[in-house]
Amino acid sequence: MLDDFMVRAALAGVGVAIASAPLGCFVVWRRMAYFGDATAHAAILGVAVSLAFSMSIFVGTLTVALLMALTVSVLSGRGYAMDTLLGVLAHSALAFGLVAVSFLSGVRIDLMAYLFGDILAVSRGDLSVIWGGAALVVLLIGWRWSALLVSTLSQDLAHASGIDPKREQLVLTLALAITVAVAIKVVGVLLIAAMLIIPAAAARPLSRTPEGMAVAAGVIGILSAVAGLRAAYVFDTPAGPSIVCVAAITFLASSAVGSFRSVDRG
Amino acid sequence: MSLVQVEDLSLRYGARTVLSHVSLNVQRGEIVTIVGPNGSGKTSLLRAIIGAVKPFQGRVTRGAGVTIGYVPQKLHIDETLPITVSRFLKLSGDATAVSIDHALAQAGVPDLPKAQLSQLSGGQFQRVLLARALIGKPDLLLLDEATQGLDQRGSASFYQQIEQVRQDTGCAVLMISHELHVVMSTSDRVICLNGHVCCEGTPAVVASAPEYRALFGTGTGGALALYRHEHDHDHTHGHCDHDHDHDHDHDDTKAS
Repeated sequence: MLDDFMVRAALAGVGVAIASAPLGCFVVWRRMAYFGDATAHAAILGVAVSLAFSMSIFVGTLTVALLMALTVSVLSGRGYAMDTLLGVLAHSALAFGLVAVSFLSGVRIDLMAYLFGDILAVSRGDLSVIWGGAALVVLLIGWRWSALLVSTLSQDLAHASGIDPKREQLVLTLALAITVAVAIKVVGVLLIAAMLIIPAAAARPLSRTPEGMAVAAGVIGILSAVAGLRAAYVFDTPAGPSIVCVAAITFLASSAVGSFRSVDRG
Repeated sequence: MSLVQVEDLSLRYGARTVLSHVSLNVQRGEIVTIVGPNGSGKTSLLRAIIGAVKPFQGRVTRGAGVTIGYVPQKLHIDETLPITVSRFLKLSGDATAVSIDHALAQAGVPDLPKAQLSQLSGGQFQRVLLARALIGKPDLLLLDEATQGLDQRGSASFYQQIEQVRQDTGCAVLMISHELHVVMSTSDRVICLNGHVCCEGTPAVVASAPEYRALFGTGTGGALALYRHEHDHDHTHGHCDHDHDHDHDHDDTKAS
């Protein structure tokens, strides 16, 4: 079954959707969308580093994404507004990454594959990395779920309950770096944030509890991955962007349902 | 023995000293109110007690086995986070359906468990936060301007609820309030804070203390609203018998 590249692609998409769902909810709740973007953009620098030192792309992007996320955490609250800081770091990392890649003579790389993903070329090895990473992210967030929720609601409430919000922030940062490293093959650095945010945002009007929202985001993400791949096959469109397009359409539909419901209630 | 004891506590944020040499303790079952102008370090003091900020000097000790329930200032719940009242209350560890219903009843909002947190009115929300604090059966309730954003009637009825909770559970209460006239009747002791402890005593003593009047205006009988801040307020007479150092920052932009 895994010999079929479409099956491998679908499994890769589903893996990323599962990791993105609970993490994406926190990204939305904590208003970290830009933060996710910055971490993802930094990953292109990780690609360059990996190729230069001929190590695994996963390890290189994970390291750089983690460094980026930690840098932002440390620098935040030191005189620059968060969005300025992220804007500077995200785009510098992307630019430096692109420049660094151009220095790598001898290695012919398809930059597009890293910017927009290359889900149809997912190998069995990639698949095990993706599912391993996704499992790690889900376990990590599942383990810290309550503590993460309390620190998201209020840092002081967290302190009063003996939870260290800084440590929980670190858990999210780590999960984000893993997700970026895992998703780069599937949707590429430019669209990773979309996989985090769009399914979660689409799940919001349909949910009454945080857990419900995470599950709904997962379902929407999986549907988007499968339907997007199918659409890419039928219409001969790029796979990664097609997945994001389906997710965006789901978002529109669920917003419509949401506003219809609130009219109904009110 | 005291539930919580603060000894010679000084707090700094960077180079700015927000509290210097503050000492206080809370005994079982009493209601202590902290009043003070904006920027006087009231919230910082509470945050030090829950362990959210580290003392620069001095220390905070809790009695052995003392549990604390904390009611923060009005929380902003992001619209994007769907959460029902009962799910929110379940976040505090060992809550059961029974203890949730009980806590909501104690806080005066028995019929809310299925409501969305972001849809509550200000008064309901504060009571839900109170219920959350009550679930752990605290020996000490900490309230940080719990009635901010409520109208007079709303805050009066909230404080009546607090008094009721104290009668029912016997817990002590340490609270911050802007509204001494509202909490006067329920407080056993009032501490007037302005970077340091200006004066303390029964509500009547504090309301007539010159230090208090210097901070909150005179002749209002405690009905304050005026956050007038006189830099030359006189500490040399009255109820104070300790040194005051005035190296704390007066936040004039806020205070005036």
